[in-house]
Amino acid sequence: MSQQEKVDKARRNLVVATSVAGGLASVGAAVPFAASWMPSERAKAAGAPVEADISRLAPGEMQVVEWRGKPVWILRRTKEMLEGIKKSDPMVSDPKSDVPQQPEYAKNEFRSIKEEYVVLEGVCTHLGCSPQIKTVEARAEMGESWEGGFYCPCHGSKFDLAGRVYKGSPAPINLPVPPYTFVSDGTILIGDDKKGA
Amino acid sequence: MATPIAAVWNWIDERMPTLGEEYRKHMSEYYAPKNFNFWYYFGAMSMLVLVIQIASGIFLTMNYKPDAALAFGSVEYIMRDVPGGWIIRYIHSTGASMFFIVVYLHMFRALLYGSYKKPRELVWIFGVIIYLCLMAEAFFGYLLPWGQMSYWGAQVIVNLFSSVPFIGPDLSVLIRGDYVVSDATLNRFFALHVIAVPLVLIGLVAAHILALHDVGSNNPDGIEIKKNKDANGRPLDGIPFHPYYTVKDAAGAVIFLAVFSAILFFVPEMGGYFLEYNNFIPADPLKTPPHIAPVWYFTPYYSILRAVPPLFNSQFPGVMAMGLATMILFLLPWLDRDPVKSIRYRGGYFKTALAIFVVTFLILGYLGTEPTNVWGQFGAWMGNADRATVAARVFTVLYFAFFILMPWYTALDKSKPVPDRVTM
Repeated sequence: MSQQEKVDKARRNLVVATSVAGGLASVGAAVPFAASWMPSERAKAAGAPVEADISRLAPGEMQVVEWRGKPVWILRRTKEMLEGIKKSDPMVSDPKSDVPQQPEYAKNEFRSIKEEYVVLEGVCTHLGCSPQIKTVEARAEMGESWEGGFYCPCHGSKFDLAGRVYKGSPAPINLPVPPYTFVSDGTILIGDDKKGA
Repeated sequence: MATPIAAVWNWIDERMPTLGEEYRKHMSEYYAPKNFNFWYYFGAMSMLVLVIQIASGIFLTMNYKPDAALAFGSVEYIMRDVPGGWIIRYIHSTGASMFFIVVYLHMFRALLYGSYKKPRELVWIFGVIIYLCLMAEAFFGYLLPWGQMSYWGAQVIVNLFSSVPFIGPDLSVLIRGDYVVSDATLNRFFALHVIAVPLVLIGLVAAHILALHDVGSNNPDGIEIKKNKDANGRPLDGIPFHPYYTVKDAAGAVIFLAVFSAILFFVPEMGGYFLEYNNFIPADPLKTPPHIAPVWYFTPYYSILRAVPPLFNSQFPGVMAMGLATMILFLLPWLDRDPVKSIRYRGGYFKTALAIFVVTFLILGYLGTEPTNVWGQFGAWMGNADRATVAARVFTVLYFAFFILMPWYTALDKSKPVPDRVTM
C-alpha cells in the first residue's frame, strides 16, 4: 500500500495518456490493413454487363452465361413447363415473389419479362452452390409430384422453373432474377436494364 | 577436468541458465502420473503431426502458385514432375486427416478422464481454441489446390457468414475480397494458411503445454498426484517425463508412423474421404459438382447445419446451430457438476450419456458425407421427408442434449469412491 501512496499522479496520467494515444494510433494503423481485404478496384470493375445470344435456343433448352463470376441461366420454357409452374403454386413458399429477389418488371407469375424466357442467377440462396435443372423426366428421383425445376446438390434445396423455392428447402428465398433487358428478339443483356446501354 | 560436452554445457549454463531450468521444469523434472495408458499417446502424437505438416508444407510452398490461373496446375506439377513431390503432397493432405484423427482421440481422452475439470479448465480452453484454429487452417488449406471441392466448399463456408443478420453480405465480401470466390480469395487464404494461422497455432500449443505443466497432468484415475508427495516434494505416483514418457511416446510415434506410411503408400486419398475425387477437377465457378460434402472431419457440424430448417426467410439458425455446436465445448468444465473426474469411478448416467454422444457424433459425421436422400424418403405420413434429414435432426438434438442436460445428469449421478493412489 505504501508504494501506491507514492505514485506520482502527474506521471501516471502521462503514462495513461500516452498509452491511449498509442492505442488510437494502432487502430488507425490497422485501417489500411483491414481495407486491403475489401474488393480491389479491378474486382469492382469486373462487374460489367454481358450479352447473350438466345436466337438459337430451342424450347426447353437452357443456356448458361457468366456474369460477375456467377452462372446466369437463360431457360426457354415450353407450354408444359409454364403449366407446371402454375401447378407448383401451393408447393412453393413465396408464390407471389413478395421477397424482392427480382426487378419490378419480373415480379409476375412466371418471374420474367417474356413468359417463355426466364433469366435466373444460378446461385442457391442457401449457401451459394449452383443448382441443376431437373425436368419432369427426373420424377423417379425427385418424387411423383415434381413438376420440373432446379435441385441444389449441396443441401437439397428445390426450386420450380421460375426459380421459386419449395417449402421445406434449406434455401430461404427464391432464386434472384438479375437485371436484364431484351436488346433485340434474339439478344439479352444481363446486368443492365436500361435500353441501349 | 570435465568432458568436452560438459564443458560446452557449463559454458552455456553460466551465460543462459534459463535453458537448463526450463529443460528440467518441462522434461527431466516434470513429474507425470505413472499410470498413463493408451489414450495418453495422442497429445505428443498431435505435436508430431504438427511438425510433419509444417515441414511438408514448407516444401509444398516451394512449387505451389497461389494464383487462380496457376494453382491447380502447380499442384499437378508437384504431383507429377517434382521429384518426390507426390509424396510430399500426400504427406500434407493425409497429414491433415491424421491431425484430426489424433486430435479427436485426444479430446475423447479428456472426456473419458475428466481432464477438462478443475484445475485444468484453462488447458481445456486453450485446447478448444487450438481445435478451432485447426479447423480454420484446414479450411484455408483446402481451397489452395483450386479443385471443384476447394472452390465450392469455400463458396458454401464463406456464404455461412453472409447469413449473419445486417452485416452478413458485407462480411462475406470482406472475407472473399471479391463478390465471388476468386483469385483474391485464393491469395489471401494462402497467406492465412501458410503464415498467420500456423503462427497462432504454435503459440497456442505453447500456451496449452505451459498451462498443463503448471497444474500437472491428469491420469486415467482422475487423481491429483500432487496430493501425495515424498520427502523431496516429488509426487509418489509421478515419474519424470524424460526419459520415461519420451521413450513411451517414441514407441507410439513408431506405430503411428507405420500406420501413416501404410496410408500414404496404399490409400493416400482414403477412397475419397481424405482427398475427394471432385478435387482432381479444376474449379469451375459455373458448375457445382453433383454431390458436394466437406472433408470427413467437418461432417458432424455440416450435418447439424443441414438439419436445421430456415426460419424467418433466413438460413442463419442453421449457421448458429453449427457455431454453437463447437462453441459449447468451451463451457464443458462448468457444465459437468460431478467432482469425480475419471469414467472409472463415474456413475451410469454419465457413461450412458458419453456413449450416446460418441454414437451421435459418428452418425452425424457419416450423414454429412452423404446426400440427404441417402436413406430414401418417409411415406406421406411424414410429408415425404428425407429419412436422413429427420435422423440428422434427431441426432442434432442429442448432440446438444449431451451438453445442455449435463448439469443435471452429472449432479444426480452416483459415483463410486475414488482411491487415494493411482492404480496400474
